[in-house]
Amino acid sequence: MARVSYESRWYPLETEESVLDGLLRQGIPVPHACKAGVCQSCLMRATGAVPDKAQAGLKDTLKARNYFLACACKLEPDMDLEVSNGEELRIPARIQAIEPLSADVLRVRLWPEAPFEYRAGQYLTLLRADGLARSYSVASLPREDGLELHVRVLPGGAMSRWLAEEARPGDAVKLQGPAGDCFYLPGKPEQPLLLAGTGTGLAPLYGIVRDALAAGHTGPIWLFHGARDMRGLYLVDELRALAARHPNLQYRPSVLEGRLGEGYQVGALDALIRAECPKPVGFSAFLCGNPDLVLSLRKKLFLAGLSLKDIHADAFLPSAARPEAAGVTPRASNASR
Amino acid sequence: MSTVYEQIGGAKAMDAAVELFYRKVLADDRISHFFEDVDMERQAAKQKAFLTMAFGGPNSYTGQDMRRGHAHLVKRGLNDSHFNAVAEHLGSTMQELGVPAPLIQQVLQTAESTRADVLNK
Repeated sequence: MARVSYESRWYPLETEESVLDGLLRQGIPVPHACKAGVCQSCLMRATGAVPDKAQAGLKDTLKARNYFLACACKLEPDMDLEVSNGEELRIPARIQAIEPLSADVLRVRLWPEAPFEYRAGQYLTLLRADGLARSYSVASLPREDGLELHVRVLPGGAMSRWLAEEARPGDAVKLQGPAGDCFYLPGKPEQPLLLAGTGTGLAPLYGIVRDALAAGHTGPIWLFHGARDMRGLYLVDELRALAARHPNLQYRPSVLEGRLGEGYQVGALDALIRAECPKPVGFSAFLCGNPDLVLSLRKKLFLAGLSLKDIHADAFLPSAARPEAAGVTPRASNASR
Repeated sequence: MSTVYEQIGGAKAMDAAVELFYRKVLADDRISHFFEDVDMERQAAKQKAFLTMAFGGPNSYTGQDMRRGHAHLVKRGLNDSHFNAVAEHLGSTMQELGVPAPLIQQVLQTAESTRADVLNK
């Protein structure tokens, strides 16, 4: 039987059980969220080598120091592994402000109490004092004061409801990260950019578009923000003002259900994109939000001629454990970020 | 005699070839379901390894790899008609890259030599 040692105690793992599941089952509160090897909330450190799969997607500097993702780490029978939590990677931060952006999206401003380097569009893990963890995309720019997150308040969402109802400015939290490669790279100022997202998928795009404009991007930038209806759109006035200041920015707030002539496009996001960007060859694309939409758009854009290396996709996975949400059908669009 | 791999520009040309090839198989309803993958980079990497082998580039493919790698697809119904469709796209990819006809035939022969292993016959 494989075993994991944590804080001087050994915990047996069942066959095919991940290190994360094994520790959780035996009462060890390891921070985690997506359980799919993406959000990196469950980062731990081993004293020795770990299976390659448990390090997929990690930065080389973390790999070299034996950090690994507990949710993606399964051990061979009879293998022993000594692990510690990733506490030294987390930095303290305080909540600065929480304000509504729409009926169900909050803008959460955080003040990191240690240097936190990131690129606009990356995501981080937010940890509450009790270890509850969720990952969110960063909507702010590195040169701005503090960090800005957009949090969709979900029925039964453990972190989002806490932020909506209990958290107060000054509360201490921790941050881990950043991760993700959905960010603007300077060097091709004339390349057309296609930014498309649903729901709080706007958060990374809001960072990326402002980052690109600040870097002096001169090529056309298309920003499509999709929602079911107009209540799901937010920062509309800010983005319209931004587009008015930058003629190369085309901002397209879009809804699935709505009436024409109210300032929004009506229709499915992929159809609206195809209508306005029929030949996206040579574009660089950033796709964020609902995983089904992100993956289907990515395939369509690839088939339309975009190179894979020019398609940056960030599919928001729902958090895996949602016991409070019993009775609520988890939908992919109700993403945790 | 230099291989097709060297003639079309080696490792660098593979990236362009893979994207052409991947687009063709993904757009072909007869076989696209075998190539659907949430992780498109991983899928592209697999195809790059296959194309490199077929073009005569450096590779470490063995018949056993081919069998193991395709066993789950054979269970899902992978058969000669699908193999032929893939070979078709391999041929047209090379045509678009300007590979001369005799070399295309050579590559298709290499691909043909994997048929039994791919289909687990």
